Amino acid sequence: MIEINGVSLAYDVTNILSDISVTIPKGGVTALIGPNGAGKSSLLALVARLQPLQSGAITMDGLSVASTPGKVLAKKMAILRQDNHLGSRLTVRELVGFGRFPHSRGHLTAEDRKVVDEALMLFDLDDLSGRFLETLSGGQRQRALVAMAYCQDTDYLLLDEPLNNLDMYFARDLMRSLRRIADERGKTIVIVLHDINYAGTFADRILAMRNGRIVADGRPDELITTDMLNTIYGFEIPVTTIDGRPVALPFR
Amino acid sequence: MIDRRLIILTLLAAVCAIAFLTLGLRGNLGFVLTLRATKLAALIEVGIAIAVSTVVFQTVTANRILTPSIMGIDALYLFAQILLVLILGGLAYATLDASLKFAIGIAALMILSCVLILPMLRGRLDMGLMLLAGVVLGVLFRSLHSLIARILDPNDFAVVQGMSYVNFNDVNTGLLALASLMTLCALVLVWRARHILDVVALGRDAAIGLGIDWTKTQVGCLLLVSVLVAVSTALVGPAAFLGLLFVALAERVVQSRRHALLIPAAALIAVIVLVGGQTLFQHALGNSSTLGVVIEFAGGIVFLILLWRGSRR
Ligand SMILES: Nc1ncnc2c1ncn2[C@@H]1O[C@H](COP(=O)(O)OP(=O)(O)OP(=O)(O)O)[C@@H](O)[C@H]1O
Ligand SMILES: [Mg+2]
Repeated sequence: MIEINGVSLAYDVTNILSDISVTIPKGGVTALIGPNGAGKSSLLALVARLQPLQSGAITMDGLSVASTPGKVLAKKMAILRQDNHLGSRLTVRELVGFGRFPHSRGHLTAEDRKVVDEALMLFDLDDLSGRFLETLSGGQRQRALVAMAYCQDTDYLLLDEPLNNLDMYFARDLMRSLRRIADERGKTIVIVLHDINYAGTFADRILAMRNGRIVADGRPDELITTDMLNTIYGFEIPVTTIDGRPVALPFR
Repeated sequence: MIDRRLIILTLLAAVCAIAFLTLGLRGNLGFVLTLRATKLAALIEVGIAIAVSTVVFQTVTANRILTPSIMGIDALYLFAQILLVLILGGLAYATLDASLKFAIGIAALMILSCVLILPMLRGRLDMGLMLLAGVVLGVLFRSLHSLIARILDPNDFAVVQGMSYVNFNDVNTGLLALASLMTLCALVLVWRARHILDVVALGRDAAIGLGIDWTKTQVGCLLLVSVLVAVSTALVGPAAFLGLLFVALAERVVQSRRHALLIPAAALIAVIVLVGGQTLFQHALGNSSTLGVVIEFAGGIVFLILLWRGSRR
């Protein structure tokens, strides 16, 4: 369970996050949506202790994110950031292997290699495993980064716009894989999405942010309505129902 | 399994060392050999210290162009020494135990480099700004150094002058035992941290995500770098571009930034260049005092090439 309690964040005088309190239960897929600049990435960075907390508290299974040793947290949660500049010249396999670092401290065991191979398979990277990252396309690199986070094999997986750069096939593929590991292995996935229909199809719960606050929180069928979407995004989005699911059509 | 390229480098380094010891042996064998062995040990140590400190420094500062010396860290060491001369007077300084001076220098360097460089890393200055800040720091401490040198009376000045330029001919062997101990300790720590350094090289966010305590690691690495720079500066004097040359060559050879490969490769290349170069200059060119200048020149060219390539990206 992730408990976020009274968290605020400000740069200089601008408030980025204002007094956010929300609980994300263990298990399942939670989608974080909202317009650009709403504070989704900032919130995720705080949960993943990439930024120091200014006020409030965040705990993960009762462990305070601020004071628990990084080593311990690295076995509990993995994070994929929205943009990643990797300093090193690495092959796909090396990068994915880094996901095992919290477990093996750099000495890959046979078990670690098995997990890496499995991740390469799962994200269709086996053919690319020997390639250097800078030679990959944007979508291929994104898949490698997701595979690295997956390899960390943590209870919590925080993904900031993992669908960036992915084509329709891989976007659906990734969402299905995430759904499956949530269902079969009881992982907790928090995922930032811009495509509301992916959120509607794969998430158990949607959290919507705007201007540094949580403005809506509920099941997909509660959130994906023209009214709610108007509160979140500030414009009229028609919603129809296909196969009993609400589908937003923000195209015209 | 040891990498083939490392084996070749090790063999080359061994050949250089043997040539250095045995070429043109004359006179009292025992005496000459002891002399040469001491000098060889010093050269190897300096090479390793410079190479390893540069690798670690480049990894924590996330760039391939800066070396501790370009950031003025060795200038700090010299500055601390001349400050000591100023405070104690030349005679007292000269009679002060060499190891004690060295220890004071290292302590001062560790403190100063943390105080000065950590804020830069914290503020995540980009490479250009880091470089600028480093150059300014280096100039600042060198000018302070020469300012104090001017204030000093001529006798005191003679004491400091000897240590202001890189010179592989006139190695300060008196410190060898202590310096070896420090280098060895630093090396063991760096080697144990090699996988952590690999993760650090991924960048701050990725490293924290993988469980690295970022601040602690940065401080630790800077302290290690300080010790190694102090060792090499104390033994032979400041050497700005050497580290860059060694590491750039090593990266070419092993084609990787993995520290388990890069660290030994850079250290071996340093030994080959320094010991081999010294042998060559001593026996083939008959003038060994220019080695420092030549290697620095080569390093300077590598620096320019890296800058140029970096600016085109
Ligand atoms: N380092 C920073 N300094 C100042 N302001 C920042 C900083 N980082 C983010 N912000 C501001 O904080 C706000 C929230 O940014 P954040 O990246 O969390 O948004 P987001 O919801 O992830 O948006 P997007 O959908 O575009 O990724 C934005 O207005 C942004 O300009
Ligand atoms: Mg974002």
